[in-house]
Amino acid sequence: MYGLGILKGMWVTLTHFIDSYVEDIKWLGRNRYFSKEGIQHRRSKDTKGIFTVQYPEEKLPVPEEFRFVPFLIYDVDADGNKQDRCTSCGICAKVCPPQCIWIVRTEDPVTKRPVPEPVDFFIDVDICMNCGYCAEYCPFDAIKMDHDYEMASFDRHAEHIFNKEKLSKPAGYYAGIRPTNFNREETLKAEEAAKKAAAAAAKAAAAAAKPADAAAGNPPATPAQ
Amino acid sequence: MTEATTTAAPVEKHELETRFPDAVKAEARPGYTGFLVETSKLTEVATALRDEMGYDYLSSVTAVDYYSDAPNAENFIEVVYHFYKSTGGGALEIKVQTPRENSTVPSLTPLYPGADFQEREAYDLYGVNFEGHPDQRRILMWEGFAGYPMRKDWKEAYFEEEVKPFKNRWPEGQVYRIEDRNPFNKNNKYPQGFDPVGFKETDDPKLYEVLERAAREYSEDIDTEQVVVNLGPQHPSTHGVFRMAVRLDGETIVALKPVMGYLHRNHEKIGERNTWTMNMPFTDRLDYLSSMSNNFGYALAVEKLMGDKAAPPERAEYLRVIMAELTRISNHLWAVGFLLNDLGAFFTPSLYAIQERELILDIFEATTGSRMMCNYFRFGGVARDLPEGIYGKIKDLVFERLPRKIDELDIYLSENELVRSRSEGVGVITPEEAIAFSTAGPVLRASGVPYDIRRADPYSIYDRFKFEVTVRQHGDVYDRYMIRLDEMRQSLDILKQAITDLPGGAAGGEVMNGKNPYQVRVPAGESYGRVEGPKGELGYYIVSNGKGNPARYHVRAPSFINLTVLEKMCVGQKVADVVVNLGSIDIVLGEVDR
Ligand code: SF4
Ligand code: SF4
Repeated sequence: MYGLGILKGMWVTLTHFIDSYVEDIKWLGRNRYFSKEGIQHRRSKDTKGIFTVQYPEEKLPVPEEFRFVPFLIYDVDADGNKQDRCTSCGICAKVCPPQCIWIVRTEDPVTKRPVPEPVDFFIDVDICMNCGYCAEYCPFDAIKMDHDYEMASFDRHAEHIFNKEKLSKPAGYYAGIRPTNFNREETLKAEEAAKKAAAAAAKAAAAAAKPADAAAGNPPATPAQ
Repeated sequence: MTEATTTAAPVEKHELETRFPDAVKAEARPGYTGFLVETSKLTEVATALRDEMGYDYLSSVTAVDYYSDAPNAENFIEVVYHFYKSTGGGALEIKVQTPRENSTVPSLTPLYPGADFQEREAYDLYGVNFEGHPDQRRILMWEGFAGYPMRKDWKEAYFEEEVKPFKNRWPEGQVYRIEDRNPFNKNNKYPQGFDPVGFKETDDPKLYEVLERAAREYSEDIDTEQVVVNLGPQHPSTHGVFRMAVRLDGETIVALKPVMGYLHRNHEKIGERNTWTMNMPFTDRLDYLSSMSNNFGYALAVEKLMGDKAAPPERAEYLRVIMAELTRISNHLWAVGFLLNDLGAFFTPSLYAIQERELILDIFEATTGSRMMCNYFRFGGVARDLPEGIYGKIKDLVFERLPRKIDELDIYLSENELVRSRSEGVGVITPEEAIAFSTAGPVLRASGVPYDIRRADPYSIYDRFKFEVTVRQHGDVYDRYMIRLDEMRQSLDILKQAITDLPGGAAGGEVMNGKNPYQVRVPAGESYGRVEGPKGELGYYIVSNGKGNPARYHVRAPSFINLTVLEKMCVGQKVADVVVNLGSIDIVLGEVDR
């Protein structure tokens, strides 16, 4: 029948419309709007009806891997001194596709040799394409992608070349936004350190055991793992 | 014919070589494949290819500049053609060489009309003159542009160094914005005698001349007034910045010429300055609605050259397929939603489609870090494994929600009388035309040609999945809409299999072959990697000279080449049909213009 197709179509629209209110009723007492669960539900497979998120009052939580403009990480040592993780090795600047990273290296004033710590570090955030390569390839876990995407400003010339000061954030911040990544890296680092310590200990033990063993004619002891 | 005693023929000669012993030479350069053809014999060889050997589908035409400033070095421009059989199988690649000064090559448009835009592009960017081309004008650059930007000795406005990485970033670390140092005005070149101030739209003589020519052919003896109308470039229904100059007889289209390039970023030039790895995030920005498929094609092309050491592990292969198929669904949702937008149904259908797309993008975001610019593929695998919970989320979507929602779109639209009367019988393309015009993807299959690269020339692990290559028979807008629904359902089938078979399942596993180095070494040679993108054949033609950057990086963009058939679709139809015809091709201007 002519017009049936249109009616069927309008039926779909009508169900969507009704669903919006049915959902609201189902959620009575719980917060469908402006709450974590509500937002989570609206982006789940069960969502029905209206699914709009009222930005900026409501914000979608970003997943851990979400990447937006990089930042630099510093550790704080026992005396409260900031220690840059960056060694100005230059890999991030070399791999950055739009070439928006500039690194000013430090030189030892006496020997004129490069010191593994950047004097300054710039990223032109207007050019950064948020590809995440710098974070992916940095061998020292010194640069990571941020989650903070609200950084519009009025004057791009004054604001949008970020320097080292503006880019630097403590390791704790990183641990906060990317807990899984942080833990994985820390475990790896700990393992590495343990391995190194074990190797050093074994070496020392072997060195100590050698003269005695050689004298007794014993085979060298296998170091404990 | 007397039978020659064929004892111990060293290498079996290709048909083409035996047929044209003087004009065709097998490629001898290491890492290269295909044949070198005498320029003067090109048309003859192509005719034989099409009519006798069944290579009826000319997929890609492009040029490469072999330039060296060393004294006595061999300098020439090479035009590269990739032929296929529409019944399936691998490529037959032929090349012709022409000197850099006065480069001239016979045009293949009379044989393969689909070469039209691609030859114009090679003319525009490389300055190759295609003899016999009916309408050789610039296509991506504007008429006032001086020089041929893809030539190796051409320097762009903010030229810094031949290739990246640039030294002033590291180790020198000088901070400045290049545009601050290099005011654009002082670095712009115009052709001789060109007056940028006095330039008016009506001074676009070549374009209007073609339209004029078509007009006379069409209605010599009918006494009606014809008008030229420009649709676009800035209008929602042109999907970005796309302009169609049409000549109208009343409300009937007499001639139509697409005008593009408003978004041109010279993607390929940037690609040749980049290192191999750097190109990956740039491919995202080509067709920004399906960045995963773009990654896929480029990864394949480079991996082909790198050989076994870049073979991805099993889990990565599955993840690639999962991502590519999710991309196809999200792209088709968008295409279907916006087709209705083009019909004037602003905005309800698109919103239903967008809702599902958002859920897919959530998966992309959690896995890759970005909703649209995914940058997920690496040579030899993918960047990272699925994070916790995402496996389940994909499963939920694929098994529960998406099938239901696709059905809902179907109910909502397919039988709608307005949709049907506006799209049935509109913009009809016959199978022969679809092949001749090198159309690809849904446009080709809606015309009844069962050509899908996932089956015709399988890549990755597609040969392991059961799915159908869907076709529709009418070749009109309605079928191009329906075929997208069909394809989404097939993609769901593939996804169901891929998710179930995913090695490691939700637990995770190896996704990268070896380390993921920031600089890869790609052996010298050429390769063409193509995938069945959501919009059709997406191919990357790359040439490596063994250095850290590609010597040639070309994208065979399906949106761009599918547009060749637009005029054919529209001529004889009404103005109102133009917009929906364009919508049914499903273009993304980032890919058309590159
Ligand atoms: S951020 Fe990392 S990659 Fe970049 S210079 Fe510092 S240590 Fe090297
Ligand atoms: S995210 Fe990409 S573009 Fe941005 S600074 Fe890092 S490497 Fe460069």
